[in-house]
Amino acid sequence: MCGIAGYFGKPATVLPEAKILDGMVGAIAHRGPDARATRVLAGAGLGHARLSIIDLAGGAQPMASEDESVWLSFNGEIFNHVELRDALVDQGHRFRTKSDTEVILRLYLQKGLDCVEDLNGDFSFAIWDARKKRLMIARDRMGVRPLFYTQNNGCLYFASEVKALLQVPGIAAELDPVALDQIFTMWFPLAPRTAFKGISELPPGHVLTATPDAINVRRYWQLDYPDADGEGSFAGRSEASLAEELRALLFDATRIRLRSDVPVGAYLSGGLDSSIITAAVKKITPDALRTFSVAFESGEFDEREQQQEMVAALDTRHEELMCTQADIADAFPSVIRHTETPILRTAPAPLFGLSGLVRMSGFKVVLTGEGADEVFAGYDIFKEAKLRRFCASQPDSRFRPLLYRRLYPYLPQLQNQSQSSLAAFFSAGGMALDDPLYSHLPRFRTTSGTKLFFSEQMRSELGDYDALADLRENLPADFTRWHPLSQSQYLEAAHLLPGYILSSQGDRMSMAHSVEGRYPFLDHRLVEFAARIPPRMKMRALREKHILRESVKDLLPQTISDRPKQPYRAPDSQCFTGADAPAYVDDRLSRPEIETAGYFDAGAVEKLLAKCRKRPNVGTRDNMAMVGIISTQLWHHAFAERAETEHARAEPRAVA
Amino acid sequence: MQVDVRSDVREFIVDNFLFREDRETVSDTESLLENGLMDSTGVLELVAFLESDIGIEIQDNEIVPENFDSIENISNYANAKLSKNSN
Repeated sequence: MCGIAGYFGKPATVLPEAKILDGMVGAIAHRGPDARATRVLAGAGLGHARLSIIDLAGGAQPMASEDESVWLSFNGEIFNHVELRDALVDQGHRFRTKSDTEVILRLYLQKGLDCVEDLNGDFSFAIWDARKKRLMIARDRMGVRPLFYTQNNGCLYFASEVKALLQVPGIAAELDPVALDQIFTMWFPLAPRTAFKGISELPPGHVLTATPDAINVRRYWQLDYPDADGEGSFAGRSEASLAEELRALLFDATRIRLRSDVPVGAYLSGGLDSSIITAAVKKITPDALRTFSVAFESGEFDEREQQQEMVAALDTRHEELMCTQADIADAFPSVIRHTETPILRTAPAPLFGLSGLVRMSGFKVVLTGEGADEVFAGYDIFKEAKLRRFCASQPDSRFRPLLYRRLYPYLPQLQNQSQSSLAAFFSAGGMALDDPLYSHLPRFRTTSGTKLFFSEQMRSELGDYDALADLRENLPADFTRWHPLSQSQYLEAAHLLPGYILSSQGDRMSMAHSVEGRYPFLDHRLVEFAARIPPRMKMRALREKHILRESVKDLLPQTISDRPKQPYRAPDSQCFTGADAPAYVDDRLSRPEIETAGYFDAGAVEKLLAKCRKRPNVGTRDNMAMVGIISTQLWHHAFAERAETEHARAEPRAVA
Repeated sequence: MQVDVRSDVREFIVDNFLFREDRETVSDTESLLENGLMDSTGVLELVAFLESDIGIEIQDNEIVPENFDSIENISNYANAKLSKNSN
């Protein structure tokens, strides 16, 4: 696990190419502290920061073919490298190393651009083919590993994180107002858009090729579901037989993710998903297993009881990180330097701390349960949408809206709401049962309320821009034919997962401390298999992840396997407005800084801050707005403002 | 004695939900939910205010949009509760 960077073409700066590459790789050194290397070639440059996990001695990068015509720089893991290597050896390839890096290189020599199709893994990589004068950059199917690119003065630059691109003279950080609108509506910028104007991400499951003639971005994998009408390709299969196959796939996905030349640990949140993974690991390798978790002071967020239950049941050596509100607020500026994007929740911050604990314990690799909620329909939003459709079919029922309370037993606020306000809230968009975004409309509507705080300038730049219209246009052609559950799963798995969960909570938080997260539930074989399972088996009545629970019920204590979904949450705005709030909050939210940045209305921010300080239990909208505003101001301070000061420092000389 | 909490309610709404300076007023009758000034959890902030600052006790079944959707409705509801208490 590493960081990559490079360019295609000829950098139009006075700096020598090697210096540019050094700067880029240096900016992402946290991703790969074990070794750093760059290569300036005729027509392209490649850089690499390495975290050694497989073939510690032989896997150095950038790696070249024997004749040095093809060069590779790679971030990630190819979990099926053993099987791919055997097949390539059978075809006459001779390997110099034991690394998965060389497997990609030889597979490319064999199959060209289609090599991605055979890879089972989390990857982003760049291949420079001097014979064809072609650069290829590629990203894994689910978007576990990041990859960004931009063009400047006719040269294409790419890197694992945006901060590497910002090292190139002439590339500056400027907030994209449309991205901010999207984040303040949906929680993520719509790929390929990023928070940075003019800087794109390569979307998951895509390959970009660049030749002197053209740049081409192509999708090589698409998450797809069967039509709602008809039984799909699993017609006639019993639930028991599908559960058995699911279990075998899950075990294989876990088994190949234990391949490593360094020890592998696991996150154990106490929830169903990480418990399943931990239990599977223990079945596969009976060795001592180290597990890690976050603990909170407040019972509203804390899950220590469940964690301890699993620790005892599985006999792991467990360590927990106590995360206070002050810890979250103190870490937040660093968190935003790593997420590189405004966010509306503090949830990444505890994970930032947790990866620090993992690293201090001497671990570089952890398995987690991330992805199960998207793949097997675990999120409450899926149940909520099902209930809303159920209520909409009998709008006069007095009884049906009461079911909403059963949905969110862990939200004290909701328990106090009356039947009619529940009905009013959840029927948002109730008129539009055929809206492809139906499942997510209440969430999007609540989130959009945060845009109340946008400045006049932002509003006029945005005009009548509609982020949801953009999202609707982005959906696959077959989307409307899918079952409603599949539709809402797609919105989570294809958008929120890579756009927020895997990036801001996942890769960026673990790599901040050079820790690699591995996600068995996101093995693409399992993802494709789960997509074909009939929706009624994924969610039976209101029992989420039903078939997953069935498939592994003998592995877990019953209290865990029957436990309803408890989403991972952390304290939000009160971290910044309570008694322990750090001093930077006043600076970042001061009228001068708010007005200079220009994104928010200074008067409105003052009022919000005063309100949150006076009344700690503010509603959802204000909670998200407070975190969103602080993170945006921190983003500005870390990226845009720094660019401005550097520019200002350089400018007088240029003018003189 | 006839009490009128309307100005207190208005002050609370303006302080806690009317964030933007370019929107100076909110009319007594406009829907706070429909205009996006208040979300459903905002209703709970309002309930907490009425209970702690105004001093009325609110039953679950009274938390309905008819009672809480505009300054006028909130004030009428709260005034009625207060006059019932003082009788």
